[in-house]
Amino acid sequence: MEKQSIEQLQKICTQLRRDVLRMVHAVQSGHPGAPLGCAEFFVALYFDQLRHNPDFKMDGKGEDIFFLSNGHLSAGWYSVLARSGYFPVEELKTFRKINSRLQGHPATHEHLPGIRVASGSLGQGLSVALGVAQAKKLDKDDHLVYILMGDGELQEGQVWEAAMYAAHFGVDNLIATVDYNGQQIDGPTTEVMDLKNLKAKWEAFGWEVIETKKGNDLSSVLEGLEKAKSLTGKGKPVMNLLYTEMGYGVDFMVGTHKWHGSPPSDEQLADALGQLEETLGDY
Amino acid sequence: MSLYLKFTYTEKKDTRSGFGDGFLEAGRKNPNVVGLCADLIGSLKMGAFQKEFPERFFQTGIAEANMIGISAGLAIGGKIPFAGTFANFATGRVYDQIRQSVAYSNKNVKICASHAGLTLGEDGATHQILEDLGMMKMLPHMTVINPCDYNQTKAATLAIAEYEGPVYLRFGRPSWPIFTPADQKFEIGKAWKMIDGKDVTIFATGHMVWEANVAEAMLREEGISAEVINIHTIKPLDEEAILESVKKTGCAVSAEEHQINGGLGDAIAQTLARNNPAPLEYVGVNDSFGESGTPTALLDKYGLNAANIVKAAKKALKRK
Ligand SMILES: Cc1ncc(C[n+]2csc(CCOP(=O)(O)OP(=O)(O)O)c2C)c(N)n1
Ligand SMILES: [Mg+2]
Repeated sequence: MEKQSIEQLQKICTQLRRDVLRMVHAVQSGHPGAPLGCAEFFVALYFDQLRHNPDFKMDGKGEDIFFLSNGHLSAGWYSVLARSGYFPVEELKTFRKINSRLQGHPATHEHLPGIRVASGSLGQGLSVALGVAQAKKLDKDDHLVYILMGDGELQEGQVWEAAMYAAHFGVDNLIATVDYNGQQIDGPTTEVMDLKNLKAKWEAFGWEVIETKKGNDLSSVLEGLEKAKSLTGKGKPVMNLLYTEMGYGVDFMVGTHKWHGSPPSDEQLADALGQLEETLGDY
Repeated sequence: MSLYLKFTYTEKKDTRSGFGDGFLEAGRKNPNVVGLCADLIGSLKMGAFQKEFPERFFQTGIAEANMIGISAGLAIGGKIPFAGTFANFATGRVYDQIRQSVAYSNKNVKICASHAGLTLGEDGATHQILEDLGMMKMLPHMTVINPCDYNQTKAATLAIAEYEGPVYLRFGRPSWPIFTPADQKFEIGKAWKMIDGKDVTIFATGHMVWEANVAEAMLREEGISAEVINIHTIKPLDEEAILESVKKTGCAVSAEEHQINGGLGDAIAQTLARNNPAPLEYVGVNDSFGESGTPTALLDKYGLNAANIVKAAKKALKRK
């Protein structure tokens, strides 16, 4: 894929945000908050970083592949997959409807290109991603495995079982990113179940940790991912702590857990879309 | 066509609210009742209890396995923990924790499971568990309860607080007719014959009891007399009530928002096979996962409705 300018990538981010809002609004269900906060990450990954092929192959041999462990960000992932050519953009309108390939949480059952394992039940993705990374090592395939997890999701014990495993086996062809938005369903993570010093935790588990402090600034996100890539192949798994704001891009949604899983009303949608220019054409 | 229903309603509500209201009342009655939840307090309707008894409520974060273990410990210390999360994360996710620390060790833990079955809707199959009743009823010591509406869920919640032993209480998210009385007494393990009939028995549990009530009226219009039995307790199963009814009607239908494999119908089939073999037709999900969609669209697609109960009843009748 040809490299795109920051301006072009920025336009895709704006369109992704529009897609997400229109998708959850149309079915009055789903999760707008976190995908809005991860737009820059999704776009930087799919339109700049990944060496991938939208002619989807399940085994992903000879490609970089991505897993979404926090499956409730499905609207954002579907948008970036469609916009990068995995399936028709038009299909976004079937999101969460009966007989659709675009399930509420990502699934392989309906054979949507781009999805390699179901997610939605939190805490399971890192283990699966590690398995794929190890398969790549066995195959001497030097491509990378990427995974996104939620910060609340890190409260699941399985994540730390996987963290220990990754360092033990030196799975250094994997870049994990945490959507460090500080929010989850019942409130701020500090109030629900404090994650305390995440950087120190991952380091103590034997990971190479970088922090991307401006997770909603495209250049910083790209820089962070480049840095993460430069740290692969050195014996340690790589963690990218991505500081984002839930609901970023819409003034009344930003920075609160209230938009974790609530769709906007008609008026709220109009207000939100007014803040986001239609750059690539709505689906 | 306007049907004359034996049970009617004026109001709809979600069964999870019945749980939330019952839980608060149980907490007021007994200071040993405590609560736990894994980042779904709003969804489980546990917020009112948490507000009134903040020191007796533990937010565990998204860590269901830990929540079950903590609950077992609280039970050892003489508390009566009500641990709440979505039905999938309350069972499959933590099966071994429940098996070892709660069921095998016989701890007084109440596992409170919301958003069960297809009627969870748009979130899709990752969240729509259809195997939970089977998993839970296989565990020795475990009592398994699946009430049918708001009132029955509230009554069941109060009843399990007074019962000593592990319990799995299953309820759901959709707004559903309230057609049982507010002042009902909930007897664990005692089936409730809601409608008398003589040609066929419909054994229903959870949301499907309402559909059975509608099916009874539809069958009546066609001259078929159906008996409707509300099996709110899947385990221990009221075998006596089942056998007595089928002795009279000679055939039966089971109806549940669950896999046919391992569900209520299977339990009834076992009872019938051992004591009084009789035709039994199943209304349930037939060895498939769910998917995204509105609750009504899903119930229709997977055949979990009154029309399908009617069809099954006629099939059972023909096999008599
Ligand atoms: C195992 C499991 N438990 C509970 C849930 C319900 N749930 C869905 S999203 C969520 C909060 C996730 O928090 P975080 O990872 O921070 O995501 P964010 O709210 O930032 O989008 C919860 C508890 C789930 N999907 N899976
Ligand atoms: Mg978060």
